Amino acid sequence: MELLMTNIKKSFDLVKVLKHAQIHVKSSEVHALMGENGAGKSTLMKILTGVYTKDEGTIVIDNKEVQIHSIRDSEKAKIAFIHQELNVLNEMSIVDNMFLGREITNKFGLLKKKEMKALATEKLQLLGLYVDADDSIKSISIGKRQLVEIAKALLLDAELIIMDEPTAALTEKEINLLFKVIRQLKEQGKSFIYISHRMEEIFEICDEITVMRDGTFIGQKKKAYTSFDEIVKMMVGYDLYERFPRIDIEPKDVLLKTENLTLEGKFEDVSFDVRAGEILGFSGLMGAGRTDVMHAIFGSCPATSGKIYVRGKEENIKSPKVAKKLGIGFITEDRKNEGIILDFNVSENLILPSLKDFTKSGLINNKMKLEETEHYKNKLNIKMASPTMKIANLSGGNQQKVVIAKWLHTNPSILILDEPTRGVDIGAKKEIYEIINGLKAAGVAIIIVSSELPEVLGICDRIAVMREKRLVKIFNRAEANQENIMDFATRG
Amino acid sequence: MIGTMNKVKGVYEKYGTVIVLLLLVVVISLMNPKFLTTYNILNIFRQVSINGLIALGMTFVILTGGIDLSVGAILGLSGMVLGLLILAGTPDVLAIIIVILFGATLGLLNGFLISKVKLQAFIVTLATMTMFQGITLIISDGIPAMGVTSNAKVLDFVSQGKTLGLPFPMIVFFIAFFLLYILIEKTVFGRSVYAVGGNEEVARLSSIATVKTKALVYVISGAMAALAGIILTSRLSSAQPTAGAGYELDAIAAVVIGGTSLAGGRGRIFGTLIGVLIIGVLNNGLNIIGVSSFYQQVIKGLVILVAVILDRKSSR
Ligand SMILES: Nc1ncnc2c1ncn2[C@@H]1O[C@H](COP(=O)(O)OP(=O)(O)OP(=O)(O)O)[C@@H](O)[C@H]1O
Ligand SMILES: [Mg+2]
Repeated sequence: MELLMTNIKKSFDLVKVLKHAQIHVKSSEVHALMGENGAGKSTLMKILTGVYTKDEGTIVIDNKEVQIHSIRDSEKAKIAFIHQELNVLNEMSIVDNMFLGREITNKFGLLKKKEMKALATEKLQLLGLYVDADDSIKSISIGKRQLVEIAKALLLDAELIIMDEPTAALTEKEINLLFKVIRQLKEQGKSFIYISHRMEEIFEICDEITVMRDGTFIGQKKKAYTSFDEIVKMMVGYDLYERFPRIDIEPKDVLLKTENLTLEGKFEDVSFDVRAGEILGFSGLMGAGRTDVMHAIFGSCPATSGKIYVRGKEENIKSPKVAKKLGIGFITEDRKNEGIILDFNVSENLILPSLKDFTKSGLINNKMKLEETEHYKNKLNIKMASPTMKIANLSGGNQQKVVIAKWLHTNPSILILDEPTRGVDIGAKKEIYEIINGLKAAGVAIIIVSSELPEVLGICDRIAVMREKRLVKIFNRAEANQENIMDFATRG
Repeated sequence: MIGTMNKVKGVYEKYGTVIVLLLLVVVISLMNPKFLTTYNILNIFRQVSINGLIALGMTFVILTGGIDLSVGAILGLSGMVLGLLILAGTPDVLAIIIVILFGATLGLLNGFLISKVKLQAFIVTLATMTMFQGITLIISDGIPAMGVTSNAKVLDFVSQGKTLGLPFPMIVFFIAFFLLYILIEKTVFGRSVYAVGGNEEVARLSSIATVKTKALVYVISGAMAALAGIILTSRLSSAQPTAGAGYELDAIAAVVIGGTSLAGGRGRIFGTLIGVLIIGVLNNGLNIIGVSSFYQQVIKGLVILVAVILDRKSSR
């Protein structure tokens, strides 16, 4: 399928989000769509798939202009969209999720459950996912849920598959599998639009790259004839130089220490420490237990045995409230379920963990609230129309920045960040690293859980590797590299 | 250890309410053997059929994350319309059909306001409940319509008749249960109901007709309430202007006891069947063993709480 979208315009309540967007995808190609957070990538794709309707512009498929007014229209045009925020219904089974909205029925309108299960199983196995399709979707990892979404697109027989940051939650192994599948489908003539903030990936899998900035088409390049630096410059508008800024300081006292921390079924015998002015990275595969350890330290899902020392004193952290009192901050990984409240506006989300600071004689002070939001908007360069807009309408990366701002405000002395830059653009990533470095210089003890190896290697001082619920190795930065980390993360 | 824990949890999730029901039956029949006679069991089924029909419709509404407070009022109004139609000489089969459609239309009004105008279900149905009650009083002048079944053979059968030795209301209830079971478990519409309740945005992005789905559940609920109204009217052989008061709460209680989450998206219609029976067994059994009606209320309230607590535990 050949797709050409030209001069697309779109405004939301007078805010011009797309000013002059364009993309040209040929058949049998993987086409990257790149741009900073809030550049309008997802919006453009939502227009293509009928979630939004455009104000102006044309969409041409195989030399015929088409009108796409609904999700059904785009499905008819054989376009499938895998959304940035995973769209699964937790209470339903895998097969029900896959066939949601396109169930197969017999002539009496009754569901053909066996047939759907067989089809679902076939597509899942194509992706190397050997699960029982009748299992509930919440019983499988986020990574696997993403693969289920892809299997769902395969079911549609789509000619063009749009993936909005598909690998954000996948393990190395799952990513390789995904890429294998993409290449295989490309051979069969299918096309992909691939949105991601991970440069390495883009250059590995894509053939063409379209860059947009501020809702405007900047240019299209063939991968073979461009470079990291050129693309980054097109995206942000200036030279970025080093991606991972680093400062070297001498770590001080141990602020946090765990001994044989165990939570049955989640993690076992986890012992480590972090010092003031130090960044400890946590690497490992999805499901290795990293996030669970962090929840234990934060008291949101306490360990059953083992000890936690804060500033040398043993503490019983039985709730996040206790953790917060001890100066621990936690930026969670699952943004949609743990990080933000979608119905709240930006500033309401921002003040949530520190409501007391924003009250005057018991009442929430609106002015303080808005001023503080403005402050963080500038500090973290958050792209938003106003502090009172609904956070659901912020782009994915900007939502993540709000989550970070929310905890920065509590002034933690121990800060845990779980996948802090997931979905964040390359310029903003650097801004976040610089903020983290600033905290490090101020003597905060920092833990970063991250599945992006370049990031862990780029900014951490020591790197802990977890495998199958156990902490198997702690590297000093100098001795760590991609290979030996992966080795410890995967090998038995 | 964890394995067996999970198994216990799994068993409870599947059969928890059934176990509660069986326990109740055993305890009550030990206290008074008269409880477990064919006569009394059939009696219970006849008694629960009205609340049961409403609760089945309510299950659909609650699965989408909504609530329908107007069912009792719809029951009352439809019963009154039926009474007046019959007394005006309408053939009873025709009258029954008209009343069911009438109930569905009242439900459609709720559904329209909730899904299309996007008002909150609680407020909308609270308002229509009050309205429908008022209309019932207006058209009846506040006086019961008496002698409804005297010249209406079909209605008379509805109230007195037996098929295969079973009371007719019970048969109606089980047929309705069977049809609605198929609808919710085996059709695209059923999937849509769960999807809308689970996460409306996700449902919308999966190209599910969320507005239509949300409207339809109230139509079903309205029609079921009207059906219940027909049965009640024929059993009393008269239409009482305030007949429906309080039915909505019993129905909601049955649905919740049956394990359906008020937040929507999670629950089973089979659970509602059991929930209805638990309430029925309590009402009947407590009477038989001679608990005063004041205490009965307290006990019913406790059972609802226990059911919800158990359900919360098992869904963790
Ligand atoms: N429904 C909406 N109402 C108001 N503003 C919106 C709405 N949807 C998107 N926007 C705004 O449009 C801009 C573009 O958002 P979009 O989600 O397309 O960005 P993106 O390029 O996908 O960014 P990211 O990489 O962070 O996902 C953002 O500034 C966002 O706040
Ligand atoms: Mg996006």
